[in-house]
Amino acid sequence: MSTTQTSAGRRSRASGLPGAGNAGFYANLPSIGVLLLWSVVPLGMTLWFCFRRYNLMAPERNGFDGLGNFRYLLSDPGLGMAVWNTVLLLGAVLVITVGLGTLLAVLFDQEFFGRGLARVLLLAPFFVMPTVSALLWKDMMLQPDNGVLAFLWRSFGFRPVDWFGRLPLLSIIVIVSWQWLPFAVLTLLTAVQSLDAERIEAARMDGAGPIALFRYILWPHLGRAVSATVMIETIFLLGVFAEIYVTTAGGPGFASTNLSFLIYRYVLMEYDIGGAAVASLLAIFLANLLALFLMRSFARNLDT
Amino acid sequence: MISHATWRKMWMTALGWAASLVVAFPVFWMVLTSFKTETEAISRVPHLLFAPTLGNYRAIGAQARYLRFAWNSVVVAMGSTLLALLFAVPSAYSMAFHPTRRTRGTLLWMLSTKMMPPVGALVPVYLIFRDTGLLDTRTGLVVVDALANLPIVVWMLYTFFKDVPREVLEAGRMDGASALREIVDLLMPLSLPGIASTSLLAVILAWNEAFWSLTLTAAKAAPLTAFIASFSSPEGLFYAKLSAASTMAIAPILILGWASQKQLVRGLTFGAVK
Repeated sequence: MSTTQTSAGRRSRASGLPGAGNAGFYANLPSIGVLLLWSVVPLGMTLWFCFRRYNLMAPERNGFDGLGNFRYLLSDPGLGMAVWNTVLLLGAVLVITVGLGTLLAVLFDQEFFGRGLARVLLLAPFFVMPTVSALLWKDMMLQPDNGVLAFLWRSFGFRPVDWFGRLPLLSIIVIVSWQWLPFAVLTLLTAVQSLDAERIEAARMDGAGPIALFRYILWPHLGRAVSATVMIETIFLLGVFAEIYVTTAGGPGFASTNLSFLIYRYVLMEYDIGGAAVASLLAIFLANLLALFLMRSFARNLDT
Repeated sequence: MISHATWRKMWMTALGWAASLVVAFPVFWMVLTSFKTETEAISRVPHLLFAPTLGNYRAIGAQARYLRFAWNSVVVAMGSTLLALLFAVPSAYSMAFHPTRRTRGTLLWMLSTKMMPPVGALVPVYLIFRDTGLLDTRTGLVVVDALANLPIVVWMLYTFFKDVPREVLEAGRMDGASALREIVDLLMPLSLPGIASTSLLAVILAWNEAFWSLTLTAAKAAPLTAFIASFSSPEGLFYAKLSAASTMAIAPILILGWASQKQLVRGLTFGAVK
C-alpha cells in the first residue's frame, strides 16, 4: 500500500512532469493539523485547569489547588447521578432505537401501498432541530394539562401524568429515542435491502421459520449496520444537552442531569472552571472507554 | 376471492402507515398548532377542526430579531460547511488517491476525535473565545461547527472519492496536471453529486447544532436553535407562536433532508452502510 504513493511520485518525476505524489500526501496535513489542535489544545487546557483554583467570578483567587477540584467534584451529590443518567440515557436509547429500528426496517422492506411516502414521514423527526423537538414534546405532547398524551389518558379514564416532574429521565429518553429512531431505521433498512432474497428463499425451503430466519440470516447480516448505528448514536448521545436544557434543566434535583449538563452547570452557572475541568476529564475518559470498544468493532467491519 | 399475497400486502400497508403516522404525529401536530390561535392551542380537548390563521407566522416574521436569528443560521450553516470543505477536499483526495500505510489509522483517528463529547471541550473553548473576543460572534460559531463536522465531511468525501476511477486522475497527471488542478478540474466535477450530498449533510448538522449555539452565543450571533430555546422560559409559553417559529425553523432542513436521505445513511455511517 505504501508503495502506491511513492511510485506515483516517481513516475511523474521520471516523465519530467510536476509531481502530484508529494503534494497529494501533503494535502492531508491541514485537516490533520486543525483536528490535532482541536483535540489536543482543549485536552491540555482541561488537564491544567484540573489542578487550578479558578472561578470566573473571583479570578484573583487563581492558583494551584492540588487535588482540591477532584475532592470537590467527588463530594458533589450530582456527580454519581450524572454519570448514571448518562449511561442510562445512552443504553436505553440504543436499545429502543436499534430494537424498534430493526422491526421497522423489516416492515419497510415489504411491499406495501404508499411505502415511499410512509418512509418519508417516518424520517421526519431526524431533521427536526433538538430544541424544537424538545419543546414540541414538552409543550404539546407530554404537557400534563393540555398535551396530547394527557388528552388520551383522560379519554381512557386515567389521570394525566406529570411526565417531566415525575419521570424526567424517561421523558428525555422518549424525546431522544424519537429523534434517533429514523436514523436507525434508515441505516438498518439500507442493510436489510442489500440482503440476498435468494438466501432467504433457500432457508425457507429448508424449513426455517421466521425466528430462525431472523436469528441466523438477518441478524448476522445486519451486524455491520448495527455496529455503525451504535457507534454514531453513541457519539451524539454522550453529548445530549439541548433536550435537557430546554425541558427539565437537569431537574428535579439531579434527576435528569447528565455529564454534559453537569459540566455546563459548573461553567456557565457556577463559573467554576476547575470543577468543570475535572468533570470534563471524566466525560472524556468515559467517551474514550466506550470508543475503544466501539471503534474496534467498527474498524473490523470496515473495508478501507 | 382475495389471494394470500394481497391480504399480506394490506396488512403491511396498515402496519407501515400506522408506524409512520405515529412517529410523524408530533411534527404534524406542531404544524397544525401553528395555524391555531393561542386559545385554541392550549385547549384541553385538542381542536382538529378550526379556522386556520396565519397570525402566528405574521407575528413571528414581524419580529426583527427573528430575521436576525434566521440569517445567523444561514450564515453559520453555509460558512461552516464551506470552511469544512476547504479542509476536507484536499484531505479526502490525499487519502483516497495517495494512500499510505497510515491512511486507515488516520481515518480512524479523525473519527475518534468525534468521540469526545463537545462538552469535554467547553471549558477551553469558552475561555479561548472569551479572550479572543469570539464569544457571541458568527465567526466563532462557524469555526467551531466546521471543526466539529470536519471528521464526518472528510470521511464522507473519502468514500465518494474512492468511487472515482484512479485512471482518470492518473491520466490527468500524465498530462502535467498539478495536484490542485487534479482536484479542481478532474476530481470535483467527477464527484459533484458526492460533494453535493456531503455539503447537504454538513449544512443539516450545522443548522441543527444546539450545544455550541446555546453555550457560545447570546443576543447577537444566536442561530434559530437558540432562538427556539428561548421559548422554554415561563414567560414565553405561547404554543401557537412557538409552533409557527419552529415550523419555519425546521422546514428548510426537512425538505433538504428528505431529498438526500439515501446519501445521508452513507455519510453518517462513514461509508460502512451503502
